[in-house]
Amino acid sequence: MSMQTELGSLLGWVEGMRSRVRKLAREWEDQEGNLIMILHAIQNEFGYVPRGVANELAKEMKIPMARIYEVITFYHYFRLTPPGQHSIQVCMGTACYLKGASDLHDELARRLRLLEMGGGRGGEFQLETVRCIGCCGMAPAVVVDGETHGRLGLDDVEKILKPKRGTP
Amino acid sequence: MSRKQLTVSDLEARWAETPPARKWARVGLDTGGIAAGARQVHKALLEAREDAGLSVDIEKAGPLGLAYADPVVVVGDESGPAVVFGAMDPESARELVEGYFQDGRLLEDRVIATRERGRDLDGPPQVSILVKDTGDGKPEDRTAFFQDLFREELTVHGLDGVVGVYRALDMGLYGKGVCVQLLPSRVTYANVTGPDVRRIIEKSLGEGQVLEDLLETAVEPQERIVLRNCGHIDPDDLDAYLQAGGYRGLRRALLDLSPEDVIEEMKTSGLRGRGGAGFPVWMKWRNTRRPEADRKFVICNGDEGDPGAFMDRSILEGDPHAVLEGLLIAAYAIGADKGFFYIRAEYPLAVERIRRAIGQARDAGLLGRDILGSGFSFDADVRLGAGAFVCGEETALIASIEGRRGSPEPRPPYPSEKGLWGRPTAINNVETLAAVSAILDRGGAWYAGIGTEQSRGTKVFAVTGKVRNPQLVEVPMGIPIRTVIEDICGGAGRGARIKGVQTGGPSGGVIPLARLDTPVTYESLQELGSIMGSGGMLVMDETDSMVDVAKFYLGFCVEESCGKCAPCRVGGFQMLKLLEKIHAGKGRPEDLATIREICHCMRTASLCGLGQTAPNPVLSTLQYFEREYLDLVDARGPAAARQARRGRESQSNWERM
Ligand SMILES: Cc1cc2nc3c(=O)[nH]c(=O)nc-3n(C[C@H](O)[C@H](O)[C@H](O)COP(=O)(O)O)c2cc1C
Ligand code: SF4
Ligand code: FES
Repeated sequence: MSMQTELGSLLGWVEGMRSRVRKLAREWEDQEGNLIMILHAIQNEFGYVPRGVANELAKEMKIPMARIYEVITFYHYFRLTPPGQHSIQVCMGTACYLKGASDLHDELARRLRLLEMGGGRGGEFQLETVRCIGCCGMAPAVVVDGETHGRLGLDDVEKILKPKRGTP
Repeated sequence: MSRKQLTVSDLEARWAETPPARKWARVGLDTGGIAAGARQVHKALLEAREDAGLSVDIEKAGPLGLAYADPVVVVGDESGPAVVFGAMDPESARELVEGYFQDGRLLEDRVIATRERGRDLDGPPQVSILVKDTGDGKPEDRTAFFQDLFREELTVHGLDGVVGVYRALDMGLYGKGVCVQLLPSRVTYANVTGPDVRRIIEKSLGEGQVLEDLLETAVEPQERIVLRNCGHIDPDDLDAYLQAGGYRGLRRALLDLSPEDVIEEMKTSGLRGRGGAGFPVWMKWRNTRRPEADRKFVICNGDEGDPGAFMDRSILEGDPHAVLEGLLIAAYAIGADKGFFYIRAEYPLAVERIRRAIGQARDAGLLGRDILGSGFSFDADVRLGAGAFVCGEETALIASIEGRRGSPEPRPPYPSEKGLWGRPTAINNVETLAAVSAILDRGGAWYAGIGTEQSRGTKVFAVTGKVRNPQLVEVPMGIPIRTVIEDICGGAGRGARIKGVQTGGPSGGVIPLARLDTPVTYESLQELGSIMGSGGMLVMDETDSMVDVAKFYLGFCVEESCGKCAPCRVGGFQMLKLLEKIHAGKGRPEDLATIREICHCMRTASLCGLGQTAPNPVLSTLQYFEREYLDLVDARGPAAARQARRGRESQSNWERM
């Protein structure tokens, strides 16, 4: 790609992003208690809250950027970095914990050679822990790209990861 | 297109309707069911129906609560009571349609026998026999052997091919030897021996005689008020809720009672908040009604903070209109014009269903201006949480809806005086509100007749951990914890022994085996150093380390601390370090004294409930299982610590006393 087309598509992205943020802000304008809802909508759309988008939102809502960051960083749900291609969520609810979820998580982390924090920045796998996902009867449970696997032992880790390797 | 607004007479007509006779199969499509494959089961049922050309209504519902048996399908027709199938997959779904709906055949190892047991054989002839060895200390499972005995005996009597014999997935009885349930009568026999088989076939099947010596007469300990519709109606269908008597409580409140009367009705009912603290509902509503203000708000707390619990999610997914109706009634009682459901973003299905319920209620005129011609106007909306446990605390929740960090504020002023945007606000838990709609329908006095003097009504628990059948239960207050764990959930299962039960999640404590006969009431749990909490019940067996469990909960609280006040931020962190040290076998005896000191400081000096209650799991395990801490302190190094934590025989202080 030439410099120019690359720049062009970037500018196009920025324009598109701006108009989406404007639209969101307007949609929620007269609704009470909207900031967190708008951030949810942004994360739904982009997979995380990109800095540029947060900046745009601050302008649109006429509030300081620091206010927005203060909120984003307080809540675990909001991400500041893009998610990985494949998401692996280890349930660390009490039932799963009792049945060995933390060993399972460590084994997954070891295999993926990345730590839960910091790692997975746009990488292939994103390893996270979540709280009870509602299938305690199947504890310990892991959700891979939206699909739940239950009653897992350490030997099952390879089985879960294998079909995902190298696939987008 | 908005639907026609419903009038009171439309509602009354709906309530009086009797549904037409039909065949139906209902799939539990809640988060847990879906994770276990309920969508595929639903699809397979639809396809099999088409292939067989049958007229069976394939419906969806919320959770029945039988988490251990997901995916669950309930089937019924005009011929007899509904049958519950568990552990379904697409293949068995097909078999179900082909077998059950065409010639009444059941499935092997899929039926969950009901606890609504029959007492007589006066009705239609029996067509199925469920068999299961529920254990009585013998190691081998004799189910298959008894199935053969029954089949042989049926052949002798020329009944093979007429009566089916099936292994039950669960009998609802435990440790009662071989149990048998006859269908459709539901007559159930326990501790059945070889010679009994002939008697059952000859007397019960042949002559319609109940064998009193074998008859199981224990009654279902559960009572479903909050969960009245969960698993029984389509949560996405307002009509289904209306047909089940939905919005009758609202009609009564709006048209027959004044707001003061409604508050009085709550007082009569004795209902206390189910979100944790157990504050009387009527008092909260009165306190919120009292102040003069231009606006008032109601909030439904659906943040469900306990990391291993699923009561509120199940209710929202199974019967969203029941909660919305409760919120409407609360709003009328205190004079609010706007309400919010604050729900965890991690509960997308609950959010979707409550949003749909709100939309339907708006279209039907149950939300909006001048509801049912009463002059009362109200609207509701959803606001999402964003993964912060502390936002379950009232003042933090309010901050979060207002779009700020969820930091708690000192109380007073209470939200009932200065809440959302400074206006009087009543915050109630999901389960509380689902009980409210039932109470307004059936009356406060009815509700007060259930439970104990101080703790009235029923409570929903999510029982998980080292228990045979993890599930959602709803029991009258005052019932022993043992009944919940052993009679309903089947105890620890074969070969294992329960060591203790944690109630109240990260804010609660552990109840040792020796105290399992304690009744579930707010007071009795508190006396033991635990709390009722929102309803999490975690069962631990002898292989679980109490120090590990305490460390887990404390770790959770430390991670979730908002950091606003030092006792919680610093104290929690320091205590966790000490626990980790002990857990790794590097602790010293004086560490325990330090831990107790920090606990005391956090309890008394923390700003909000999170910090005040975070020490509970540590203190209560120290109280009842100090030996485990000491063993770890005595252990030299990590290997010895591992030894001390794992595979140990129970060493609870209680048992050695
Ligand atoms: C740290 C903390 C977390 C809480 N989490 C919840 C929760 O997840 N759900 C809930 O209903 N109440 C929770 N509560 C209790 C609420 O603050 C409040 O008492 C409750 O929602 C009131 O409703 P109720 O009177 O109907 O129980 C929490 C309290 C604290 C201190
Ligand atoms: S007790 Fe903990 S969570 Fe509560 S305000 Fe203090 S630091 Fe925050
Ligand atoms: S704790 Fe993992 S599914 Fe419930």
